Amino acid sequence: MSATWTISAARDALRKGEVSASDLTMACLTAIDAGDTLNAFVHKTPELALAQARAADARLKAGDAPSLCGIPLGIKDLFCIKDVPTQAGSNILRGFKPQYDSTVTTKLFGDGAVCLGKLNMDEFAMGSSNESSCYGPAVNPWKVDARQLTPGGSSGGSAAAVSADLCLGATGTDTGGSIRQPAAFCGITGIKPTYGRVSRYGIIAYASSLDQAGPMTKSVRDAAIMLGAMAGHDPKDSTSANIPVPDFEAALTGDIRGKKIGIPREYRMDGMSPEIAALWDKGADMLRAAGAEIVDISLPHTKYALPTYYIIAPAEASSNLARYDGVRYGHRAALSAGDGITEMYEKTRAEGFGPETQRRIMVGTYVLSAGFYDAYYNRARRVRALIKRDFELAFAAGIDCILAPATPTPAFGLGEQGTSDPVEMYLNDVFTITLNLAGLPGIAVPMGLDSKGLPLGLQLIGRAWGEADLLNHAYVLENSAGFVAKAQKWW
Amino acid sequence: MSIDINTARKVAKLARIRVEEGDLPPLAEKLSGILGLMEQLNEVDVTGIDPMTSVTPQRLMRRADLVTDGDQQAAVLANAPDAREGFFAVPKVVE
Repeated sequence: MSATWTISAARDALRKGEVSASDLTMACLTAIDAGDTLNAFVHKTPELALAQARAADARLKAGDAPSLCGIPLGIKDLFCIKDVPTQAGSNILRGFKPQYDSTVTTKLFGDGAVCLGKLNMDEFAMGSSNESSCYGPAVNPWKVDARQLTPGGSSGGSAAAVSADLCLGATGTDTGGSIRQPAAFCGITGIKPTYGRVSRYGIIAYASSLDQAGPMTKSVRDAAIMLGAMAGHDPKDSTSANIPVPDFEAALTGDIRGKKIGIPREYRMDGMSPEIAALWDKGADMLRAAGAEIVDISLPHTKYALPTYYIIAPAEASSNLARYDGVRYGHRAALSAGDGITEMYEKTRAEGFGPETQRRIMVGTYVLSAGFYDAYYNRARRVRALIKRDFELAFAAGIDCILAPATPTPAFGLGEQGTSDPVEMYLNDVFTITLNLAGLPGIAVPMGLDSKGLPLGLQLIGRAWGEADLLNHAYVLENSAGFVAKAQKWW
Repeated sequence: MSIDINTARKVAKLARIRVEEGDLPPLAEKLSGILGLMEQLNEVDVTGIDPMTSVTPQRLMRRADLVTDGDQQAAVLANAPDAREGFFAVPKVVE
């Protein structure tokens, strides 16, 4: 049953020799095979995992092993791993095997972590339900009626795998909420670090000024441990920050006395679920009881974050995804006699990209095209500056941390949203997207179950580079909420 | 403003994505819906605000102008759908 362990518990057991990395890895591989119904792991790497586990056991025996030595992890399909299929959930990268490793996986495996395989996700991280994946959707382990529920997206496979105890932790990426929303939907913890904290090298790009990788784990302590291993300056990413990485785990003191917690009034939106509103109040009460001061704050441009994002992200995507042209890697369409290079591009991209990716590329093409660049793209970049300034003013006024909901609703059923109107799906990101625009860190913490028995999470937002303090606040919430519920195994 | 069928056809062409004529009307409709969301930004006063260019205030790193990598032809071509004689192969470009 060791697959159910947290990273911190497994670390301690591994160091004491109570369990071997090989046994721990086998337990996860067994759980993964038994969990195929969840469609979380889309490329399994058992040989690689067992080889890494044997190496980890040798290292543990020699002593002085890093925290992640021997810890089995799942890796989102967006991270390049040499010779392991990496498709970003897209048919256009079918058969692609990277010739190099991402910096994040290099660091994780360098510390001795074990790679169990690649995890399902929305195509190119574009989605909030994991339904725009070429593998079909991952399924939420939480189930309260006949329906199968979404694990959220885009890191839906990561959230489902961690929640169902198929792995001890997973990597995710977050461009508009893709770590925090699925974490909240599946009852786990997920942190999006400050932009620049974790290298983007070797992570397939969606929107480069918004993308940031982070851990998805079973506890705040695990998030602190794993983030510490993922973070740090990387000369291969020009936006990677050259600043020291603090000891995040050591920051978990549980002492937030005298801290000022901002409650942004603009996040209390019309039509918010009464249960989420009540949970938010409860979270504020918990932080107050721990000695923090609760302060009403205003982030006036909040309502413009969604339209701003849906200009900037597609604009960057249309540029980033221009590289999928059927020449260097991935899919190339079969051509008819007389087809030239333009037909090759157009057919390849029509066959390879799914509908949502095609739409975002075209929206991005539109807002960047002559005559619309100023009206849409430049205007969005100006509003983005205002959204960032809202946060800067709040923090300058002495706020240490901001408490907000993570999602407007609990997990919904597969096929229930966005089929006729894509914008309906976009509204899932309304509480998470502001941080990506401002480059700030945010963490989703599971707080409890709703009346139907589905997990609900809250979100804490920190100062730039303030992950240590942010994690400590999350630790207090976690301890106060005492969320220990697990999905009943049905798969 | 909404996106008509002609605009949808033009955008698809610019994006190098083949869209069949019959699929243009629903595409135009969905793109118009997304555009409708964006129109909300017209009510924001952005006077005197510069477009954001950097997420965190930092200068781009500079490095010495030295060769750090190379001699990777096989790795570069390893995933190509069509590679011949050490090159990427594509349909005829010049008549």
